Amino acid sequence: MKSAKLMTSALALVTFTAGAAAARDQIQSAGSSTVLPYATIVAEAFGENFDFPTPVVEGGGSGAGRKKLCEGVGENTIDIANSSSRIKQSDIDTCKANGVEEIMEVRIGYDGIVFASDVAGPEFAFTPADWYNALAAKVMKDGALVDNPNKTWADVNPAFPAQDILAFIPGTKHGTREVFDIKVLEAGCKATGAEEKFVAELGEKDGEKACLGLRTDGVSVDIDGDYTETLSRLDANKNAIGVFGLSFYENNTDKLRVATMDGVVPSTETVAKGEYPVSRPLFFYVKKAHLGVIPGLKEYIEFFVSDEMAGPAGPLAAYGLVSDPELAATQEMVANEVPMGELK
Amino acid sequence: MTAEATNIRPSLFQTDARTKRRNAAEKRFRLYGVAAVSFGVLALVVLLSSILGSGLGAFRQTFLTMDITLSAEALDPKGNRDPAEMAKQTTITYGKVLGAALEADLAAKGLATEGLSAKEINGMISKEAPAQLRNMVLADPDLIGQTITFKALANGRIDGFFKGRVTMESAALDSNVSPAQLELALAMRDAGLMGLAFNPGFITAPDASELRPEAAGLGVAILGSAYMMLIVLVLSLPIGVAASIYLEEFAPKNWFTDLIEVNISNLAAVPSIVFGILGLAVFINFAGMPQSSPLVGGLVLTLMTLPTIIIATRAALKAVPPSIKDAALGIGASKTQTIFHHVLPLAMPGILTGTIIGLAQALGETAPLLLIGMVAFVRDYPGVPPEGLLDPAAALPVQVYNFTQRADPAFIERASGAIIVLLVFLLMMNILAIILRRRFERRW
Repeated sequence: MKSAKLMTSALALVTFTAGAAAARDQIQSAGSSTVLPYATIVAEAFGENFDFPTPVVEGGGSGAGRKKLCEGVGENTIDIANSSSRIKQSDIDTCKANGVEEIMEVRIGYDGIVFASDVAGPEFAFTPADWYNALAAKVMKDGALVDNPNKTWADVNPAFPAQDILAFIPGTKHGTREVFDIKVLEAGCKATGAEEKFVAELGEKDGEKACLGLRTDGVSVDIDGDYTETLSRLDANKNAIGVFGLSFYENNTDKLRVATMDGVVPSTETVAKGEYPVSRPLFFYVKKAHLGVIPGLKEYIEFFVSDEMAGPAGPLAAYGLVSDPELAATQEMVANEVPMGELK
Repeated sequence: MTAEATNIRPSLFQTDARTKRRNAAEKRFRLYGVAAVSFGVLALVVLLSSILGSGLGAFRQTFLTMDITLSAEALDPKGNRDPAEMAKQTTITYGKVLGAALEADLAAKGLATEGLSAKEINGMISKEAPAQLRNMVLADPDLIGQTITFKALANGRIDGFFKGRVTMESAALDSNVSPAQLELALAMRDAGLMGLAFNPGFITAPDASELRPEAAGLGVAILGSAYMMLIVLVLSLPIGVAASIYLEEFAPKNWFTDLIEVNISNLAAVPSIVFGILGLAVFINFAGMPQSSPLVGGLVLTLMTLPTIIIATRAALKAVPPSIKDAALGIGASKTQTIFHHVLPLAMPGILTGTIIGLAQALGETAPLLLIGMVAFVRDYPGVPPEGLLDPAAALPVQVYNFTQRADPAFIERASGAIIVLLVFLLMMNILAIILRRRFERRW
């Protein structure tokens, strides 16, 4: 008897929900875990100061966020994808196929990528060539490509201490890895002359790809988790060097010693001036069809790029975002709801 | 004869070689058992002490008290005390007011603030405080012009200092706090203006961003978990019990019911993330239910819990002695009457235990929620059911996961604190299961 009653109430609940794909009144966004902290800071301030609900922010990675954005138009799809790398043509094609025609590309600022070791360890002054020689599968030696023989940092560069090479780098699913590949490994490959050799041996396309081949003898460890995992691995291996986002480093300066790159100390200032070489822009992508449908969406994106938030004195900069010198142009673009054009 | 005679033991008090071996084997086996149990206990003690050690701090938080004069110039420039007008003053304005007030208050109370910039003094107050003050003023505009005593959360690093996480040495290296700020914090504590106190906000407040770890709480997550458990209970108990009764008592025994049985047992062993994928495809993409909602989470967890409940219920039904069933049928009861009047009440303790264990399993599940958008930053409390079931919410295990991913070290303490809360809930559910079993169990 009792269970019969419960059954009817359960059925009632199910029918109720089927009819109630009710209008969503909060903004939903997902994507890059690098952008996530910035997005939560803005969402929190937005919820406090506006008469709209606090937006929901999900992580999951840049690629996953863009894929979700492109699932279609409608209230059960997200409004904003946060991304630490630029959208790809394949994403745009998926979007088009699913009816998502117009997307707005909003650049919120820049993020630096830093190399840091335990705070008690020695100081390092790296160049991309040092990293290439330390981690690549094949390096140049006496004018020929050989399997990487370097065991300690002193082998790489006599100025470094004789400390075993051990590096924790982001796994391939991270947007950060892409930047590491291009700005560090490829640059180092070019600088050491290995790229020329690779291209001569394998041809243009395969030669450039070969630059990204890492040694597999355990000195380069891919971290698929986030920076907190890299930090705890550094804690266990005091000799190791890890790759972090600038904002993560700024929140853990008491535990980490940062290395310079090409002689430049990473900081929001040096990244903003373009002196520190390993940096990248951060974006979010807005589904234009949802503007005016989801309450507060326009206000939220305007608030995100406003001077109070994304400006040099705002809370995002305090957390480690390098604010965009062209923020005014972005603000105007957002105000006019200009969708992005073709990818260049 | 002679061979047998030598085998006869001379005395019961003298053990022969074979008995000694058997006794030794017995002793060894007991030792293995003790070793296994003590290993388990040791692991549990290490786990609990590490979680309690790092998590209990989350229930206490550093607060600072200050006198603040709410000037009309800054907070209500139009001077008409209209909350709609006053809402234009954002938390940034309130932040400045708070910082200036703290500086003035410290000067009035004779605490030295030399060497500290206004920004550093302001930085000792949590970023949550301006929002609290703003809500207070907007709710009661008459406060403007008055001087009130305001109790605010202290910044996470200052809090870490009183909990031993931050030291003077680490502060010297830390870009977010300076030793001078810590000196001032010590002076304020001696003056009774700052100190650790119980922090109910950790249980009731919503999550907070990385700039204010000190304000992050579990309110939304606890509500979300409660809503999901409600849905799981309401759906999986009746469906599970009905399915088991039918399969156990009514269904014909043929290849088809055998197939169903095998499938149920297999479903119980399917990794939970698979149910998440199913939930995304069916409930969100096909049925169009909202993402991140406890409703979808509850439905997915229901699917995951059903096999557990069906298996437990069938075992409980089987354990009821056939003689009871036969007697009822023998005096003329129908099959349905027999089951609902005699078998089901006797099987109830087993069914409830199975259900609660299934619920406890569902409560601790994160993986399926990842795919349906519940692993998210949610700050608004979901509404009252039934509409609230469609609002976005987080869940307790999800909150643990989220906290562990944040950069600020203060979140490590909060992740452990959230684990403690989750463990307390699990413990309560298991105790309930034991009580129900003890209370209603019958032996024959």
